[in-house]
Amino acid sequence: MFGWEFPPHIAGGLGTACEGIVKGLAANGVQTLFVMPSASGDEDQSAATIINASDVAVDTVSESVEQYLDKVKFIHIGTNMIPYADPEEFSRLVEEDRVRQVKDFSISYGQKYKFSGKYGANLMEEVARYAMVGGTIALQHKDEFDVIHAHDWLTYYAGIAAKELTGRPLVIHVHATSFDRGSADNIDTRVFEIEKRGMLAADRVITVSDLTRSIVIGKYGIDPEKVVTVHNAVDFSGRENLHLERGVREKTVTFLGRITYQKGPEYFIEAAAKVLKRTKNVRFVMAGSGDMMNRCIRQVARMGISDRFHFTGFLRGMDVQKMFALSDVYIMPSISEPFGISPLEAMRTGVPSIISKQSGAAEVLRYAFKVDFWDVDAMADDIYALLHYPALASFSAAMGYDEVNALKWNEAAAKMKKVYESVVK
Amino acid sequence: MASKSICLYFQVHQPTRLRLYRFFDIGKDSHYYDDFANRTILRRIAQKCYLPMNALLLDLIGRHGGKFKVAFSISGSALDQFQRFAPDVIDSFRALADTGCVEFLAETYNHSLASLKSESEFAHQVARHKAAVESLFGVTPTAFRNTELIYSDAIGEQVAQMGFKAMLTEGARHIMGWKSPNFVYSCAAQPKLKLLLRNYALSDDIAFRFSDRNWENWPLTADKYLAWLKESAQSDDVVGLFMDYETFGEHQNASSGIFDFMRALPEAVLADGTFDFATPSQAVKKYKAVAPLDVPDAISWADEERDVSAWLGNELQQEAFNKVYAMTEKVSIVGSPELLEDFGHLQESDHFYYMCTKFFSDGEVHKYFNPYDTPYEAFINYMNVLSDFQIRLDEARAALDVREAAIGQWDNAAPEVPAKAPARRKASAPRKKKKD
Repeated sequence: MFGWEFPPHIAGGLGTACEGIVKGLAANGVQTLFVMPSASGDEDQSAATIINASDVAVDTVSESVEQYLDKVKFIHIGTNMIPYADPEEFSRLVEEDRVRQVKDFSISYGQKYKFSGKYGANLMEEVARYAMVGGTIALQHKDEFDVIHAHDWLTYYAGIAAKELTGRPLVIHVHATSFDRGSADNIDTRVFEIEKRGMLAADRVITVSDLTRSIVIGKYGIDPEKVVTVHNAVDFSGRENLHLERGVREKTVTFLGRITYQKGPEYFIEAAAKVLKRTKNVRFVMAGSGDMMNRCIRQVARMGISDRFHFTGFLRGMDVQKMFALSDVYIMPSISEPFGISPLEAMRTGVPSIISKQSGAAEVLRYAFKVDFWDVDAMADDIYALLHYPALASFSAAMGYDEVNALKWNEAAAKMKKVYESVVK
Repeated sequence: MASKSICLYFQVHQPTRLRLYRFFDIGKDSHYYDDFANRTILRRIAQKCYLPMNALLLDLIGRHGGKFKVAFSISGSALDQFQRFAPDVIDSFRALADTGCVEFLAETYNHSLASLKSESEFAHQVARHKAAVESLFGVTPTAFRNTELIYSDAIGEQVAQMGFKAMLTEGARHIMGWKSPNFVYSCAAQPKLKLLLRNYALSDDIAFRFSDRNWENWPLTADKYLAWLKESAQSDDVVGLFMDYETFGEHQNASSGIFDFMRALPEAVLADGTFDFATPSQAVKKYKAVAPLDVPDAISWADEERDVSAWLGNELQQEAFNKVYAMTEKVSIVGSPELLEDFGHLQESDHFYYMCTKFFSDGEVHKYFNPYDTPYEAFINYMNVLSDFQIRLDEARAALDVREAAIGQWDNAAPEVPAKAPARRKASAPRKKKKD
């Protein structure tokens, strides 16, 4: 299995999902070799053997690896992935990158490469190197696995290389697509290209929701026969809900996540303004950071509601739990969300949630309130109702709590096992 | 006696910087200030600027037999911090006051923008500052300078009503046109109030350009500067050199020679004889106003625009400003000393300055004074603090209502509760000395 990160050191939700998957697979009797670019050594290896790609030298320079390298070379051009650098900074980075890559590439054979395992400026380069090292690892462990499973576009090339070198079937797992990261007419075409290659090369494609499945079929033109939805689950074992004393008397409505276009933060602000017209007994919190944050702050100031609408900036560690514990309503107005794990976390904390119909989570959550992301009136209605009708709030909190506790990785992993069995001869 | 005057005025102000105040603190922790930063910065500037420069001025006044004169305006926020963190600075200002050659001006206690929003709050803060200057330095201010030299016809009228004879403001180019700033003018709305204007070119030569080695006139000497003064005021009356006091030793550090320059300047001026030194109140007595000055929209000494856009230029600033001043009435009704104290600090103009988004033209100056990385952070932090303040204020107001309702029950003859509200303001806010 090729991943990009694994708890405890994670930047996004991908690492958490991978941990849930390998544990679920272990419970279903499937052993996993988990390859990641940069392991720290403190990962929990009870369910999977972790292979750190940074420890592996590309020494099995076979014909096919070299051939493969020809194919991946193209992504070494213009690899700047930092989206909002200013033009001067951008050109400096591109130039530095180019010079370094030319130098590095010529000396990389037979050497180890120290991956950052992050999502930095040289991401494309790391993706290419990960493919080289991934192929090597696959050859070294050739007799130990039956199926290759690659998570998200960062690892697709590694998966393809492993498949080409070993002939084992490839399953790729789509946690998100380019269409969830930018608007439809503004996607990163290089990433799209990698995704499409991965999907075409795969024997099966697993998507985290039917919403994502339809994108894979519709936008990438993949044969529906080989695309299977396995909804995400969430592992709450060992987690106690926090009980905090509140500082504010008003009810609190929370948005928590990256403040980016895809998450629909502006719809939340508009709904908040509508609610505040009817009642003052409420506060809104936008927790997190992102490229739309400053724009949102200006929007809130312009609407004159900033005494009731708060920003927390990026929340770390326990502050996330704290934020849920202080909330009365959780809202996820995403424009496009392959799955969306945060409403599950909110509901597990006993917070009723309103989520957009354009999220994968809406397919599995019966007790969440569902609205179209653009329908701020409906959003405002639901917020108002949850704040003012205690019976509704306590009912949806209790039902939602039970509902999310029933979503287990074991069951998701059982479905993945079936997918594996369908491709192993 | 010299036929022309130089009027030196120095502004002393230190903001009460806010600590990192998070959403999680709202309603739980009502200490808003970064005491460590405030103390550290104040003590540093006291060592580098206030103490050595005050010693130098005292020496110059003694050496020139009282012919060297300056004026200060020290904000109440700065006075509070001196008393807490550097009482020796207060002593050194008092020694200057005792020479009789130093005039202390009145301003808003908290270096606020109240003059742009609330007449009552403005009057209250000016009265509070005046009382503080009287009690600390034993002198009663008769001239006024508003925060950042903000001035308009309407503000001038109110300042005249408060009994001040003179007010300082900026000789802004868009107001002056062809007119020279080196004269006494009068307020268009209230001619009794005389205006002294800042000669920004000559003031900024010292305040901004003095240590700039790329400046074609570097290094600046007292003789060279005197020649410019004479050239600027060939047939004029009074040159206003107004600047931040932190210019000496802080913005222009000691190694730039700024102290030597200031030591040499009075001697050069007095030996030449063209100019004498006058404080603002002396200057408006000595010279007649040459014309009224029309200023319909507020001006200030800040940035290229010389308007109030550095504090109220964008939607963040306007929102924060409107929200804090919306509480004015409630704060005075409640009248709690703690709330009044915090309310004053939250009005300091600096908080709004940190939210300024004019990065490109005057960004350098803004960055220098700003403890936040971005104006957005400044806004979020301020609004979080303000939210906590609002909660305390609302609770205090509710408690007051309960108390008054109880009193009303005991005494049926008592007038309606709302009718009592205005009277409370005076009764419960002893700090305010109204000049009736």
